[in-house]
Amino acid sequence: MDRLIEQFFNFEIMIAAWPTVLEGLGVTALLCLVIVPMGLAGGLLAALGSVAPARGVRWPVIGFVDFFRAIPPLVLLIFIYSGLPFAGLQLSPFAAVVIAFFLNNSAYYGEIFRAGILSVGQGQAEAARSTGLGRAQTLIHVVLPQAVRNVLPDLVSNTVEVVKLTSLASVVSLGEMLHAANMARSVTYNASPLVLAAGIYLVILWPLVRLVSRFGRGLAA
Amino acid sequence: MNQWDRFLDTFFNVPVLVQYTPAILQGMWVTVVLSVLIVIFGVAFGGALAMARSYGIRPLSALIVIYADVFRALPPLVVIMIVFFGLPNAGIVLSSFLVLFLVLGLVLAAFAEEIFWAGITSIDRGQWEAARSSGLGFSQALVWVVVPQAARLAIPPLTNRAIAITKMTALGTVIGVPDILNQATTAQSFSGNASPLVLAALAYVALFLPLVILARWLESRFAWRKV
Repeated sequence: MDRLIEQFFNFEIMIAAWPTVLEGLGVTALLCLVIVPMGLAGGLLAALGSVAPARGVRWPVIGFVDFFRAIPPLVLLIFIYSGLPFAGLQLSPFAAVVIAFFLNNSAYYGEIFRAGILSVGQGQAEAARSTGLGRAQTLIHVVLPQAVRNVLPDLVSNTVEVVKLTSLASVVSLGEMLHAANMARSVTYNASPLVLAAGIYLVILWPLVRLVSRFGRGLAA
Repeated sequence: MNQWDRFLDTFFNVPVLVQYTPAILQGMWVTVVLSVLIVIFGVAFGGALAMARSYGIRPLSALIVIYADVFRALPPLVVIMIVFFGLPNAGIVLSSFLVLFLVLGLVLAAFAEEIFWAGITSIDRGQWEAARSSGLGFSQALVWVVVPQAARLAIPPLTNRAIAITKMTALGTVIGVPDILNQATTAQSFSGNASPLVLAALAYVALFLPLVILARWLESRFAWRKV
């Protein structure tokens, strides 16, 4: 038991690792600030494409979304980071992570927005159009606000997944929180820095996870 | 060599593809076995927890909620690293395969518990009352009346979640599980060619695309019923 505590909850080591892990947290936060808005924007585009009346638009977009939902994000990341250099395209870890997660997140957010748009009755759009609003105005002022409200729990839940996903960036040596903590672990031969990082993830994400559970109860079908 | 030839040589190099197909197939086998074990364990354990929670025993329910929250909030890779790199120093050595199975199984169970629980709480009170008044005990009403209906509601979200989590078996690469991705990165460094990674991507698409399409179908069926 003492050995377990010594190995996982060594406070001296946690305090020593604190500045390193905190620096990693900064990178994690920056990464989230970049990929969450990009994923939301890409997802919205994908959703609009996947409900487009024209088959020539709809089917390729649905194919794109399903393809990137079938490929594990880590596979995509490793392909972009260590496969593309063979073709002469060498990206920085940050750029590789942003591109990989943009593709992955757009697919997931896209599915959520699509469900939201489909949940808004056709009559809403028709009524809006008949009051003289244009297509774009109808979408922005009538359909999307209702769509987003209907799928808000899923959007929050997916955003939690995106934040968790940033930990994969450690695999390509981007110095985010997990990478920083793992560095500290390998220097100290002790897992406490990893436990510290886990604690920070918990503090940030637990409220969101609770929120998602609450939504779930209110909206149960 | 022109651009196109160079592209093909880098990503679709036939001799390299042929040479490493057996390794990737082995990796597919590992990925499939792991995924099946994770889904069986995760769904069974998550279902059991949701049922245990419905008895309303406070301390037990609190423990279940804490477990489900923690495993939904932590990135799986963090947990995998803590278990894999931490436990040996404390004298407990688990194989990388076992670590990956345990962590992802527990993560799926946490999500499955929440999904089943949402299903159970959404079943109309009248169903419980009717079952109880026909002479069934609480456990009988739960098992024979409530859970079957809750399970049907749970199938679409559970399918999506199970796909997302079995895809995470690729994380096993980091701790040396010989799954598809691990075989591909090894093959890539031996061959000095990116084709094995393309092959790995195709292997994942072959395994998971049918499931993604199945999930889409389940969702549309579900949505249609709700109307």
